[in-house]
Amino acid sequence: MFTGFDFEVIQKSLPYLWQGMQFSLGLTLLAMLGGIFLGTLLALMRLSSYKILSYPSGAYVNLVRSIPLILVIFWFYFLIPLAMKKLTGNPYASGIGPFYSALIAFTMFEAAYYCEIIRAGIQSVPRGQVSAAYALGLNYRQATLQIILPQAFRNMIPILLTTSIILFQDTSLVYVVGLTDFMGAAGKIARRDGRLVEMYLFAAIVYLIICYSGSYFVRRLQARYNVGH
Amino acid sequence: MIEMKNVSKWYGTFQVLKNCTTRVDKGEVVVVCGPSGSGKSTLIKTVNALEPFQQGEITVEGISVGAPATDLPKLRSRIGMVFQNFELFPHMKVVDNINLAQIKVLNRPADAAREKSMALLKRVGLDAHADKHPGQLSGGQQQRVAIARALAMDPIAMLFDEPTSALDPEMINEVLDVMTELAKEGMTMMVVTHEMGFASRVAHRVVFMDAGEIVEDAKKEDFFGKPRSERAQHFLSKILHH
Amino acid sequence: MDFSFLSLPAFSGGGIYLDWVISGIKWTLLVSSLAWIIAFTVGSVLGVLRTAPVAWLRVPATIYVEIFRNVPVLVQMFIWYFVAPEIVPQVAGDWLKTKMPMPEFWNAVLCLGFYTASRVAEQVRSGIQSMPKGQTNAGLAMGLTLPQTYRYVLLPMAYRIVIPPMTTEFLSIFKNSSIALTIGVLELTAQARQISEYTFRTFEIFTIATIVYALITLTITFSMRWLENKTRVPGYIGGAGK
Repeated sequence: MFTGFDFEVIQKSLPYLWQGMQFSLGLTLLAMLGGIFLGTLLALMRLSSYKILSYPSGAYVNLVRSIPLILVIFWFYFLIPLAMKKLTGNPYASGIGPFYSALIAFTMFEAAYYCEIIRAGIQSVPRGQVSAAYALGLNYRQATLQIILPQAFRNMIPILLTTSIILFQDTSLVYVVGLTDFMGAAGKIARRDGRLVEMYLFAAIVYLIICYSGSYFVRRLQARYNVGH
Repeated sequence: MIEMKNVSKWYGTFQVLKNCTTRVDKGEVVVVCGPSGSGKSTLIKTVNALEPFQQGEITVEGISVGAPATDLPKLRSRIGMVFQNFELFPHMKVVDNINLAQIKVLNRPADAAREKSMALLKRVGLDAHADKHPGQLSGGQQQRVAIARALAMDPIAMLFDEPTSALDPEMINEVLDVMTELAKEGMTMMVVTHEMGFASRVAHRVVFMDAGEIVEDAKKEDFFGKPRSERAQHFLSKILHH
Repeated sequence: MDFSFLSLPAFSGGGIYLDWVISGIKWTLLVSSLAWIIAFTVGSVLGVLRTAPVAWLRVPATIYVEIFRNVPVLVQMFIWYFVAPEIVPQVAGDWLKTKMPMPEFWNAVLCLGFYTASRVAEQVRSGIQSMPKGQTNAGLAMGLTLPQTYRYVLLPMAYRIVIPPMTTEFLSIFKNSSIALTIGVLELTAQARQISEYTFRTFEIFTIATIVYALITLTITFSMRWLENKTRVPGYIGGAGK
């Protein structure tokens, strides 16, 4: 079954694969930070009593959550150059490069998912906490930043991390626009050397190890939380 | 009818039951009491093997509960059990809760099962609620349905695991009344409860447990008259002063 | 926006571009619904096994779940399509490579089905584990066997409890079906991209695809909400019995 399994091709291509992995990890980390930041804003908007804030946020989140990530990537690869031309007024303006295009697409996509988690997290903070903060004379900004969000995030850390592990898996989809993330690198070598079996299985194992360790870590964290509460 | 000899049980290294020996004869009502965490709920659950035990022997009408060859579903179907939290099945109508095991375990035809269920519901005063779901009944009503459900199997004995401790005070009596009725009819009963009034009225014997041990196993009159152990005296004085 | 391109004759296939859109929708729905059948059945079995009292049933199910949910779907797609035919025995491999009808389509269905099964399994498991332990005990105490207890007591409630997360899983299979384009299935996203390349009406065709996805998502969400209401247990709030 595994006759002719060529380990050497993996070994030879490790530096190239590592470059791809750096791309994947970088994209994950930045999209996670951007997504959580944007998701928090969206969540606060959705929970606002002003319809002018809550409606657009709700519409954006529901729309993005109902379409495939690949379509979102295609959308942004189409829209970003258009926007650049509009913004700079230069009809020949080049884009912002494939990495940043991917980063924007993933950030905008994941923000919708983070938003729903953060919204639930904020809602899980007892109403009494908000009342107590206002009773002490804090304003909305202070109550949100000092009282609500710290408690909400504390409860949400495990699920935010779980979502980020899925985000890491999702970054492999930059394949559809030809970028060289870890999977892209593995795929390019696979086709160049005709070593699809080795490279794809190797990629699967690497993802498995990283994502399993990640989710194991999250479970440990969760167990510690449950004891603490 | 139920005999326990030197039953011991461990959770890991923690021993929850220590050499427990007692018996329940046919037609006898035995109340098991003791402070919380004393192992009384665990003890009653070993009788129908809901809790496994590591040492000792339990027999029900001569059949060993712990023996690997014992047909547990069959054994359990002959012993009725009532739980602290009722444990009615929320997705089934009241009458279907009572029908289920009659049909699936005893293979009674559906209409015979239903007839039996309705008769039992009438007996606990709830025949008007047959087509409701458990969530639509009060706690006391749910527990009466649970008793009817256990009786539908024509059990040779009934186990009650703190049947009134999840109930609001005003509902406790309606459940105790049904139990008293059962006892009068000669049902063999093993009852874990804090209701000392019920024990003094209905029980034949009282088993007092503390820290996994059976500290006292006496006739009702002896237990309430002159409990020998200090621990039982202490327990009784605390319970009775409430 | 100008949608007149939809009625133009398509680059190939003889029809107009609207036919490409419709064909894309058809393949998206076919891939997702067939994959869902696999995901739901395999996932349900795995979810039940993960709660089994014996390790030789539990451990393989756990290993399956951990492997399938920790490898990106794209990688799994390539493994089904490119790798599987090479590592199975040669006869099977030859069949997969030369004789299998519509290999892209079926590999996409299998990949999405078995991937999503790992997530469905987790939902089913958490549904079962959210049931109070007393429910299992009550089923067993009536004489039901463990499989009967799952069938009549645990699963009917567990499935009701997990309808909302199951909806999410179904929607994710529906959205993930677009990943099938990487192995050449011309589903909706693939058709949208293809039409944009031929007609340069990128904005219009992406808008159409987005609206179609959103409408189908809405339809699914509402029908699942209808199902949730239809199966709602009267009086049940959660945490049975309390």
